[in-house]
Amino acid sequence: MENDYLLVMEGISKQFPGVRALNNVELRVRRGTVHALMGENGAGKSTLMKCLIGIYTPDSGTITFKGEKLNITSTHYALSKGISMIHQELSPIPEMTVAENIYLGREPMTPYGLVDMRKMNRMATELLDRLHIKIRPTAKMRDLSIANMQLSEIAKAVSYNSDLIIMDEPTSAITEAEVAVLFDIIKSLTAQGCAVIYITHKMDEVFKITDEVTVFRDGQYVATEATANLTRDMLIEQMVGRTLTQMFHKEKAEMGSVFLDVENLSGKGFRNVSFQVKRGEILGLAGLMGAGRTELMDGVFGVTASYGGAVRINGKPVKVKSPADAIRNGMALLTEDRKLTGLYLNATVRENMFIANINRYLVGPFLRFSKIEKDCEKMRGLMRVKTPSLMQIIKNLSGGNQQKVLIARWLLTEPDLLILDEPTRGIDVGAKSEIYRLMTEFVLSGKAIIMISSELPEVLGMSDRILVMHEGDKVGELSRAEATQEKILQMATGMKIPTSLAA
Amino acid sequence: MANPGVITAAEAAKRPAGGQMLASIFSKYGIFLIFAVMVVVASLLSPAFLSTINLINVVRQMSVVGLIALGVTGVIVSGGIDLSSGSVVGLSAVVAASLAQSADSSAPFYPGVHLPFIVPFLAACAMGALVGWINGGLVAKTRIPPFIATLGTYTAVRGAAMLYTNGRPISDLTDQYNFVGQGALGSVPVPILILVVMAVVTHILYARTKFGKYVYAIGGNEQAARVSGINTGRFKMLIYIYAGFLAGLAGLVVSARIGSGQPGLGVGYELDAIAAAVIGGTSLSAGGIGTVAGTIVGALIIGVLNNILDLMNVSAYWQQIIKGGIIVGAVILDQLKHRGGK
Ligand SMILES: Nc1ncnc2c1ncn2[C@@H]1O[C@H](COP(=O)(O)OP(=O)(O)OP(=O)(O)O)[C@@H](O)[C@H]1O
Ligand SMILES: [Mg+2]
Repeated sequence: MENDYLLVMEGISKQFPGVRALNNVELRVRRGTVHALMGENGAGKSTLMKCLIGIYTPDSGTITFKGEKLNITSTHYALSKGISMIHQELSPIPEMTVAENIYLGREPMTPYGLVDMRKMNRMATELLDRLHIKIRPTAKMRDLSIANMQLSEIAKAVSYNSDLIIMDEPTSAITEAEVAVLFDIIKSLTAQGCAVIYITHKMDEVFKITDEVTVFRDGQYVATEATANLTRDMLIEQMVGRTLTQMFHKEKAEMGSVFLDVENLSGKGFRNVSFQVKRGEILGLAGLMGAGRTELMDGVFGVTASYGGAVRINGKPVKVKSPADAIRNGMALLTEDRKLTGLYLNATVRENMFIANINRYLVGPFLRFSKIEKDCEKMRGLMRVKTPSLMQIIKNLSGGNQQKVLIARWLLTEPDLLILDEPTRGIDVGAKSEIYRLMTEFVLSGKAIIMISSELPEVLGMSDRILVMHEGDKVGELSRAEATQEKILQMATGMKIPTSLAA
Repeated sequence: MANPGVITAAEAAKRPAGGQMLASIFSKYGIFLIFAVMVVVASLLSPAFLSTINLINVVRQMSVVGLIALGVTGVIVSGGIDLSSGSVVGLSAVVAASLAQSADSSAPFYPGVHLPFIVPFLAACAMGALVGWINGGLVAKTRIPPFIATLGTYTAVRGAAMLYTNGRPISDLTDQYNFVGQGALGSVPVPILILVVMAVVTHILYARTKFGKYVYAIGGNEQAARVSGINTGRFKMLIYIYAGFLAGLAGLVVSARIGSGQPGLGVGYELDAIAAAVIGGTSLSAGGIGTVAGTIVGALIIGVLNNILDLMNVSAYWQQIIKGGIIVGAVILDQLKHRGGK
């Protein structure tokens, strides 16, 4: 049994300035299994994986892989030993093609010592076909959707033919359809004896795909169990150290007047869409990847140009030509991609929180830091942001905690309409329920929310009304009462492929 | 089972619209169009412009800055900058010249030393590569910003050149040596030949070799390159060394052209080279973007501009103002391009 273990990590500790990220943790992974690594934001999951792939060096502890004690000092070494990783933060090179990104670092060569582009593209085509991923290998990375970028990262990790593949929240940027592709890939990998370390905050995935679960809490090892012996509630309790009584905190707010009224709007990626949001309402926006949900909100918010139709706010016609117009009209937008359009990576947590709200803290030309400090400290407590201080540089926070800071930023602006594009991506269960509670409080105070989400339980749990899109068109709307997972999926896929996602 | 239908839908949604196509064509070939328009306008403005002698003159004049710009392009693509290249021209010029004096020199630097041409040639290249090695080492190992690192060598290397000759020029160079700057094969001047050969070599190096791919990868996303197992420090070193080597070669060409090695040669060339790269589409703001062809056209644009302004008797002061405007205009164009992209 013992020598069944492909990987044994023991006594691993890692200290960052002000943060003990890992404290004497262990992890044992068997051959041919999928091993879930679970824990709240900042629990140390990614840090442990970075120790394994050679990005960090642990302060202490041992790593035994395939029976051999390894001293992993570089990514190059880890890859050569048969460990590859899908990184939590997408890391493609935007100006290079999909094929170049996949084979970066091990390009096929011609006999003359030049990079063999033909062969590289052929290899990429074969790889992507084998994995049933429909992306052109010669497409530039920057032209891909986030979901397709993630799929190509997955293909890249697989292409190393490793014995162990680390997947750090691989599904945080993709929808059910791509998740199905990924799960097929994982099944065929484990059938060939490859092991997978799978990090996720999505409970259903854990029970669907993993064989064993290891839980960390605050940099400490908690337990390892066979997934079959666990229940959802047991797992949550191990992660957060307490039981969560109610995931979706939903109270019916009183519906007020129509705040935003969009009529027949078209733009890049969406056509002739009409909808309304009332004060006190949470409007859910469901659909598959590429359905045009993000594009629609970008159009409404003035990020991209929209044309035709009319937009009214509080009954008055308005022209929203830029995000500044939108903000002036009482809207706020939490974007989908936090690295690209959200964070000031080299600024502190505090700056990232109050930057959108700077006018409120001005006294003449000066900033009132005492007030900023107070508000940010309050948000930090509310959202349970795990950071040694508000002055920490935000890129040192774990991914989920970065997301919490962004939500705090927009809540601080106290908009009338808050547009949330995948608000809980990469956020742990405890914090998720906290965000749901804040959303409910927000609409109870007579404000409105539009939430784009690819997580159906979240859409169903929080929305008063659900608008479903398909390939740029609005398919229809569902009331909270009539909405079910099946109905949404049917509408989202259209009639052409009615059964493919219902499984 | 995989879901082909769904992914096709996803792809359908991101097909570029017609307007974007135009924008992307312009962003790819815009600089070549601008160059073509400039040539047409120049030939209309001055009939002398299109004469063979004048055209060769234009290219010969831009060949030295063009050489430097080839290397600077790679450095900028990798996410860095090289301010030292003008000073390298001065240093390599005096070192090479000191080893290339003819036997009948009235002021021999190394009396009694007469070496075959290969020695000063290699010395010029080696001096450049050495400074590049220092630049690369500072950037990759100490991780100080490339601007600061090369600002330091920019100053120090000029000082070294002055020190080497005590500020005096080194003249009476061998015919072989001068041939590199003054000679011609058929009707094509040697400096142009050198530029063409090095442009082709550099193009292959950047576009087709592993080294080139990694330079672009590092500039595009250094972290991504590192997690793909690339030794990013090593390739940063190499690109600075290559840029230094080309600047060293440029030093040889300039000194051969004027038949004398002077420590003050190449002042300001680093900025002209950066300008050529930037006009040619190399992005200073986002790494991983730039091509050899673009840079050559960028250098030609500067050359044609200088030439036509000369032909039209525009004062040198106005020329500088116009050149400045063109550089800023090119960067504005570059920015628009990237905004249009996504
Ligand atoms: N480079 C760094 N410098 C300082 N602190 C860091 C650094 N990297 C991680 N940390 C801290 O270490 C802790 C663990 O972070 P880690 O990214 O491993 O969490 P995680 O379990 O992956 O969380 P998430 O689910 O949000 O991704 C966090 O408190 C984080 O702020
Ligand atoms: Mg993480």
